Amino acid sequence: MTGITVSSRGGRGARVRVSLRQKLPLLAALVLLWMMLWGSITPLTIVTGVVVALVVTTTFYLPPVQLSGRFNPFWFAVFVLRVLVEMAIASFQVALLAVGPRGRHRGALIKVDLHTRSDFILTGTALAVSLVPGSVVVEVDRASTVLYVHTLGVRSPEEVEKARHHVLSLERDLLRAWGSREEWEAVRA
Amino acid sequence: MSDAETVAGILDIAAAVLLVVAALLTLAAAIGLWRFPDPLSRLHAATKPQILGLILVVVAIALSARSATVLLLLVPVVALQLLTAPISAHMVGRAGYRNGDFDPSTLEVDELAADVDSAPGGELPGGAWEDEAAP
Repeated sequence: MTGITVSSRGGRGARVRVSLRQKLPLLAALVLLWMMLWGSITPLTIVTGVVVALVVTTTFYLPPVQLSGRFNPFWFAVFVLRVLVEMAIASFQVALLAVGPRGRHRGALIKVDLHTRSDFILTGTALAVSLVPGSVVVEVDRASTVLYVHTLGVRSPEEVEKARHHVLSLERDLLRAWGSREEWEAVRA
Repeated sequence: MSDAETVAGILDIAAAVLLVVAALLTLAAAIGLWRFPDPLSRLHAATKPQILGLILVVVAIALSARSATVLLLLVPVVALQLLTAPISAHMVGRAGYRNGDFDPSTLEVDELAADVDSAPGGELPGGAWEDEAAP
């Protein structure tokens, strides 16, 4: 899932062995997708789904994703809802900006130093930032978990700080739902 | 008119409204693509309003089709769009920035430029070019 390009941090080239247990969530998701696409749950679609999932995961190898081991469904639902609401509002804001006066078409490239050290939270935050219109992740520094975000409609230093805090608050909400206990305690204060 | 027909009528009208809003968002995206000054800001118009537009179209289809099979097909459409749109936007934005394919005068601040300059050999912080080519 890590399509956000990052330079590898050590161990490049060496394939990490992934146990079947670690692969199970991905396999289950692929089989589910396969059955959804066929629109039926029959023994045939299940068997072919498992075969296709195994072939796909061995052919298109992805390094295993390290989860934090903590997951709070309630706060994750709050996070998803927040991203959806922001997406809806910002879609109309960008639409207005597009048809509005030309002088307002200014942006800023903002460096946001995230608190987390986890690839998973970094990817999740980058996805959420990119889904909300008006901001896109231009560059990622994986080793020090820094996002470089291009934000539309920023015209003053105060708005730069506002945009930076917005990204950090998205990270905070994701950490509350899915971050490791230490990282959540660190940003909680 | 029976109750079932009334409900069906309301759902059809809701679907029609959603389709119009989705079409307007897509139109705004097209206008933005044409009016924004440089590739980095055009990227916003090119990738974002359609996500909501597509979600609205999908909801409209679900409202007018009202069948579980169709709904099962629509869920992966939205999920895959949500997962892939940010990645393509990131790739285009990254390539655009690296090629200098943007207008610095439209930026209020550019905090990436300073880090690029301070990196050894003028590498970008995300990794050098040869890093990408490595197998």
